[in-house]
Amino acid sequence: MKILVCISKTPDTTSKISFTADGAKFNDAGISFIMNPYDEWYALVRACELVEKNGGTVTLINVGGADNDQTIRKGLAIGATDAVRIDAEPKSALFIAKQIAEYAKSQNYDIVFCGKESIDYNGSEVGAMVAEYLDQPFVSYASKLDINGNTATLERDIEGGVEILEVQTPFVVSAAKGMAEQRIPNMMGIMKAKSKPFQVVAPVEFPDLAVPVKFTLPKEKTGVKLVSPDDMDELVRLLHEEAKVI
Amino acid sequence: MILVFAEATSGHFKKAAFEAVTYGIQTANLLGSQCVALTLGKVENAGQLGVYGASKVYNVANEHLANFDSQVYAAVIAQAAEKLGATVVVLSHTSTGKSLLGRLAARLKAGSVAGVKSLPDVSGGGFKVNKGVYSGKAIATYEISSPIKLVSLAGNEIPLQSTGNEVAVESLDVTAPSSRVKVLDVKREEGIVPLPEAVTVVSAGRGMKGPENWGIVEDLAKALGATTACSRPVADADWRPHHEHVGQTGVAIRPNLYIAIGISGAIQHLAGVNQSKVIVVINKDPEAPFFKAADYGVVGDLFEVVPKLTEAVKKFKAS
Ligand SMILES: Cc1cc2nc3c(=O)[nH]c(=O)nc-3n(C[C@H](O)[C@H](O)[C@H](O)COP(=O)(O)OP(=O)(O)OC[C@H]3O[C@@H](n4cnc5c(N)ncnc54)[C@H](O)[C@@H]3O)c2cc1C
Ligand SMILES: Nc1ncnc2c1ncn2[C@@H]1O[C@H](COP(=O)(O)O)[C@@H](O)[C@H]1O
Repeated sequence: MKILVCISKTPDTTSKISFTADGAKFNDAGISFIMNPYDEWYALVRACELVEKNGGTVTLINVGGADNDQTIRKGLAIGATDAVRIDAEPKSALFIAKQIAEYAKSQNYDIVFCGKESIDYNGSEVGAMVAEYLDQPFVSYASKLDINGNTATLERDIEGGVEILEVQTPFVVSAAKGMAEQRIPNMMGIMKAKSKPFQVVAPVEFPDLAVPVKFTLPKEKTGVKLVSPDDMDELVRLLHEEAKVI
Repeated sequence: MILVFAEATSGHFKKAAFEAVTYGIQTANLLGSQCVALTLGKVENAGQLGVYGASKVYNVANEHLANFDSQVYAAVIAQAAEKLGATVVVLSHTSTGKSLLGRLAARLKAGSVAGVKSLPDVSGGGFKVNKGVYSGKAIATYEISSPIKLVSLAGNEIPLQSTGNEVAVESLDVTAPSSRVKVLDVKREEGIVPLPEAVTVVSAGRGMKGPENWGIVEDLAKALGATTACSRPVADADWRPHHEHVGQTGVAIRPNLYIAIGISGAIQHLAGVNQSKVIVVINKDPEAPFFKAADYGVVGDLFEVVPKLTEAVKKFKAS
């Protein structure tokens, strides 16, 4: 079986976010970057498990500059077979998806994995877009995926529950918590990753139709109002009269 | 024209659908345009969308629309948008909307912004909207430059406004491809408001010491009509079900009121709850980082404070 896993690079989850003074750009000074957790812990690990069991290959794809190579190598160390980087600045979701779909369309992947969302853009968009470009079904927010021949059974998180569904390959899936357990790459994985095939491909022409033009930080809380632990009537009064939430 | 896809679950609208229509009419007013709504499959009482501002409600009835499949739904909504000449399409930022937005963007070659939290700024003929990015740690203003604009509206951002009356429902003739996804089963917890939709959330962390102590949290939630949530280590230890885990790697929520009990307020926890309107923190450690993100705080032992709070809430509700 042939699997493609879309990975993006995001700031570490503990990062303090800031922007340039004019608010136009993310300030990456002092930021350490990681592979988007949903892509790494769930999508990539499940893809590796499926191939370990059924045979096949796991290809990583990333749209980004050379500064993404370290993240991609980590994916190879975790167990992917090979990697492709589309050499372009990823500014909009549709642009990214177009690049991935253009590469994927001639490769006949059985499954294209992505994460449920990137923790920087928080769009949950790229997977659905790739599915549309490839004219394939899309199962979003999957917390479980099993495959038997060409038939996959998945659980998808919906508001207040799960949907259990069946779909034939090929399809696109976005991975949520529950699909697999995080894997820490071992020394052998890291050594092997150095010699695994890694291709850099030029992008296709495509416009950016929705781009961020300005960033702001949310209003700081003005300071916590402390209420005595012995006066919960006062807390209730504040929540009712001042905050108007009960 | 502004087209709103008003989504229904088992034939019934939730608040998200009314919020989307309210957003649609307010956007239409800014653009000097009209707002119409689209419903798919069998929907009860579709005409009530007129109350929130839809001047017309269209319905597409087709056996292929009985279960949600993003491929089928996107095909139908895209045809409707083209047929009706929509310039803006509004969805809800729900599990359904999230699977549709990207597909529609690809189909209509339209710029899209997921989870918007503001009406568009249309000054100078542009179209700019705000959305939360970096897991709620920042807000980005996006400019959409394509002829058709696509947005999905974050929940609990736009106060509902009833401006009109029920309208007639017209059927719209577009084709629906057959679904390649087979829904085998849907399991939903009955009787509780799902976390992403909850207006009030009571959440607890490792300070609870063990699952056997959760009774006081559930009592408080019950008194408030709230949904319960928890921090990640609590779900990882199976003290609580996984769907209650909120934060960066769990569910992101934006209720009006979030009460955090025995949770330290780690940055990854805050990432999922920092868009709550009002945050109350109960913690015995006055140095707990959560207090910095809180509106109201109680420094004290949760095993004493929480039952007292529950009593106070009950007293208030009874008065
Ligand atoms: C990549 C990554 C992703 C993560 N994602 C998430 C996520 O999505 N969600 C999440 O929640 N965490 C997440 N975490 C974990 C996070 O960093 C914290 O470890 C976690 O949130 C701590 O949970 P807690 O506050 O319940 O426990 P603790 O940090 O142990 O805090 C317990 C608190 O309870 C208080 N307390 C103890 N006893 C009492 C008492 N009797 N009365 C009152 N207060 C008391 C203590 O003072 C303390 O502040 C993530 C971590 C990483 C590395
Ligand atoms: N630059 C990128 N390169 C490759 N895949 C990406 C990129 N950005 C996002 N993705 C994939 O799309 C998913 C959803 O991202 P988003 O739509 O940004 O929330 C991520 O979890 C990744 O799997």
